[in-house]
Amino acid sequence: MAPRVPARVFASFRRTGRSQAAYALAAPAFVLMLLMLIGPLAGVIALSFTDYQLGAPAFSWIGLSNYREMFADRVFWISLKNTLTYVAIVVPGAVALGLGVALLIQSGAGLKSWYRTVYFLPVMATLIAMAIVWEFMLHPQFGLVNGLLRAAGLQGHSWLQDRGTALYSLCVIGIWQATGFNMVLFLAGLVSIPKHLYDAAEIDGAEGAWSRFRLVTWPMLGPVTLFVVAISAIRSFQVFDTVQVLTKGGPSKSSEVLIYTMYTEGFEFFRSGYGAAVTVVFLAFVLLLTLLKSALGNREVHYA
Amino acid sequence: MAEIEIRALRKAFDGAEVLKGVDLTIHDGEFISLVGPSGCGKSTLLRVIAGLEPQSSGEVRIDGASADGVRPSARNLAMVFQSYALYPHLSVFDNIAVPLRMKRLSALERAPFVGRLMPGRRRAERVIRDDVERVAAQLEISPLLKRKPGQLSGGQRQRVAVGRAIVRQPRAFLFDEPLSNLDAKLRVHMRAEIAQLHRQLKTTFIYVTHDQAEAMTMSGRIAVMIGGELIQAGAPAAVYEDPCDIRVAEFVGTPKINAFPGRIRSDGRLETLGHVLHMATPAPEGECRICVRPERIELASQGLLSGTVVHLENLGSEAFVHIGSAGTDAPVVARVNDPSQVPAIGATVGYGFAPEAVRAFDVDGKRIATSIPSRVERPREMAVV
Amino acid sequence: MTPRARMLLCSAIRHIVLHAGALVMLTPFIWMVSTASKPQTEIFSSDLHLIPYHFALWDNLRIAFAKADLWRYLLNGLIVTTSIFGLQVLVALPAAYALSKLRFLGRDVLFALVVFCILIPPQATAIPVFLLLHKLGVLDSYAALVLPFTISVFGIFLMRQFFKTVPDDLIDAARMDGISEFGIVWRVMLPTAIPAVTAFGIFSVVAHWNDYFWPLIVLNSEHLQTPPLAVAHFRNNEAGANYGPLMAAAMVIIAPLVIAFLFAQRRFIEGITLTGIK
Repeated sequence: MAPRVPARVFASFRRTGRSQAAYALAAPAFVLMLLMLIGPLAGVIALSFTDYQLGAPAFSWIGLSNYREMFADRVFWISLKNTLTYVAIVVPGAVALGLGVALLIQSGAGLKSWYRTVYFLPVMATLIAMAIVWEFMLHPQFGLVNGLLRAAGLQGHSWLQDRGTALYSLCVIGIWQATGFNMVLFLAGLVSIPKHLYDAAEIDGAEGAWSRFRLVTWPMLGPVTLFVVAISAIRSFQVFDTVQVLTKGGPSKSSEVLIYTMYTEGFEFFRSGYGAAVTVVFLAFVLLLTLLKSALGNREVHYA
Repeated sequence: MAEIEIRALRKAFDGAEVLKGVDLTIHDGEFISLVGPSGCGKSTLLRVIAGLEPQSSGEVRIDGASADGVRPSARNLAMVFQSYALYPHLSVFDNIAVPLRMKRLSALERAPFVGRLMPGRRRAERVIRDDVERVAAQLEISPLLKRKPGQLSGGQRQRVAVGRAIVRQPRAFLFDEPLSNLDAKLRVHMRAEIAQLHRQLKTTFIYVTHDQAEAMTMSGRIAVMIGGELIQAGAPAAVYEDPCDIRVAEFVGTPKINAFPGRIRSDGRLETLGHVLHMATPAPEGECRICVRPERIELASQGLLSGTVVHLENLGSEAFVHIGSAGTDAPVVARVNDPSQVPAIGATVGYGFAPEAVRAFDVDGKRIATSIPSRVERPREMAVV
Repeated sequence: MTPRARMLLCSAIRHIVLHAGALVMLTPFIWMVSTASKPQTEIFSSDLHLIPYHFALWDNLRIAFAKADLWRYLLNGLIVTTSIFGLQVLVALPAAYALSKLRFLGRDVLFALVVFCILIPPQATAIPVFLLLHKLGVLDSYAALVLPFTISVFGIFLMRQFFKTVPDDLIDAARMDGISEFGIVWRVMLPTAIPAVTAFGIFSVVAHWNDYFWPLIVLNSEHLQTPPLAVAHFRNNEAGANYGPLMAAAMVIIAPLVIAFLFAQRRFIEGITLTGIK
């Protein structure tokens, strides 16, 4: 007579079978994650404490020397200041315009889809290609911008070649590119505001567009707005394409930004250790913003 | 306090007519329910009265004055929404205070920062506080004033929504299915509370619901709407007893009224299922429907009409017997007041009904006038068929 | 003013303001097409005009295609973006299924890792990943363009959220029918997840078609260039001289995505704003 196997054993056997399958299914992702994300993240922090240079046969741990060098370097501070300036201009600009456009689109019925498509087009189009178009539009002699200014009787300008205006010109391109993205996020937020709240506001005496905005739209859009601000800030911190192709950080470092500094140090001079230290600073800012975003994102209005 | 007149009101959305000419006078201080199946236009009618939707044609008059082009808030009507429509970011206190602030404070006084500096603001705020607290006490929600709507239960939100309506002392209250998001038990409780509120305030209440039981139990008058038309308005008992249209008869009352196929004979007598009824009508010869409420169907051991019991619903205090019988589309439902007396499923039972119980309708569903000829012709029977 | 007149006025203001903004948004595109259609002499004249006197678009395109092997670069873009997307799905879907529907020791830790990795901006890992590829000896190859992106933690996260909404009963039914766990991923979960996979696909393809940073770092050979790199390269070679062909090249580079976007704008907007969740 065969001994009776308790049902529990079968259950646990089945469970192990399935958890083996689970490990097999998750393994490729896990290995790649270690190899391409977590490892490199640890690596970049570790590298920032070394004097490693690409191609060098050996390296040594030099503690905080890279950071000391960086904090003593004028270019680093210029780069950080320019990045923060860029963020401080592009974020409010692209958020306010995105919100304004979304409100205008949502306030009526006609041509919604047309407007959404047009404003979103810059988000879609390859930024590098469009940056080159902008460069030509900003051409001192034959550009559209100066041409229009001249037609209006105003003085033209060497926008990208002047250290006083290069960074701001890049900001304009940044705003042009980011507005549509923010608009779409705001539109999604606006659509999700319950219609009956506007009815209630109407009954309660909020008659003008402004009262309705103050009483319903703005508070209901609060979480979305914080979220859009954080996203825009993170994306602006990563500005690189336009700088690399249009100004190369110049003239005289006036448009040098963090990622561009990292790029030149790490991939043009191959000073991997120093580049890693710059990356760590960039990373600190972005992680701070991300944490801020998730903290605020979880504070959404709960309403059944 | 307001009398509201609705005259030949039509409303179309993108060519689809939702209201097809509604006429209704709502008397000052009355509690009227607009009731009907979903999509009948009752909510749209309420929204037109509120001013949230413009009508396509026709007129709404409030206290004799046309409300055309008058903004919702200027009509001074309060509305309680199905989803309550509380402002989720505002506390209960602020929610209730919104209509007062909008009415009593100027735009400048309401503005952020500067508003606080305006001279009249402080005094106005004090009065508003008193008003809100009074209403909160009345509705027993004073302990909740600091909370946000998200922290309240369904019943509490309901009261806050009512509070926001009461606080401005409107000319009339509009309720748009306010109880449909509550569970069954709470719903019954809130029915009583709203009815009590009406007795207290003595203001005009216009109450929209798809639940005919809710309408019947709460209101002084119900207006039954079907397919964008107002079919019948009257006291609940009158509408129940005396429906003017078969759709009203079928909508009001559960279980649904029984409908038998019938005929009007050339001599003016009605017949159904091969039996001539002891009743006459002046209506011309033709098809008709003979309708009888379940509580007016009487079971008898030997049938005048007969059928087989196909289903039983025993509710404890009463029971409904479903009788399948030849000639009717749906089983005939009869109420039995003593559930211990119900026949078994599969049993053959006889049933009948008194001529007074019959409501007859023509092929278009319109009520047919009927009379019961003098009783000398036939001896009185339990059920006359 | 009657309410109707007021409404008309509001609507008119809305359209005027939005069209003014739309014009600003479109100006670079319009100017690109206009310049690409002008002969050299018209481009280098201080007289501004939108419609070229001599329509030279075909000439400029011909020059652009002659000076740079644009077909090759478009093909590179296609190869790279589709390989990345294919591998991402291959890696992410099984992991997402395991994370959402299977119970195993360490699942929560793994998911926490995924969420953490979403926070890492791609530029942050560039130097070590570059060094890794250098050690592997695969720099300046398709592999260098594709490998680092085969793992999309965002894709795993997105698919896991989607799979969470798939009823367990469906999976149990598949098990009763004798389908293996691996089979469930591809034969049960993938078909239900098509909308989410499509959205993620659009997100992934657009992001990598437009990416400039990474190809710039790992590529040397001209024949491997992706479209953004190619157009930047074209510009550097023709610096300031040949704007007509340059604008024509830019047009060619943005055309595939822009055309696809115009045909399926709702899906594209949905897909690209997924980054909003990120």
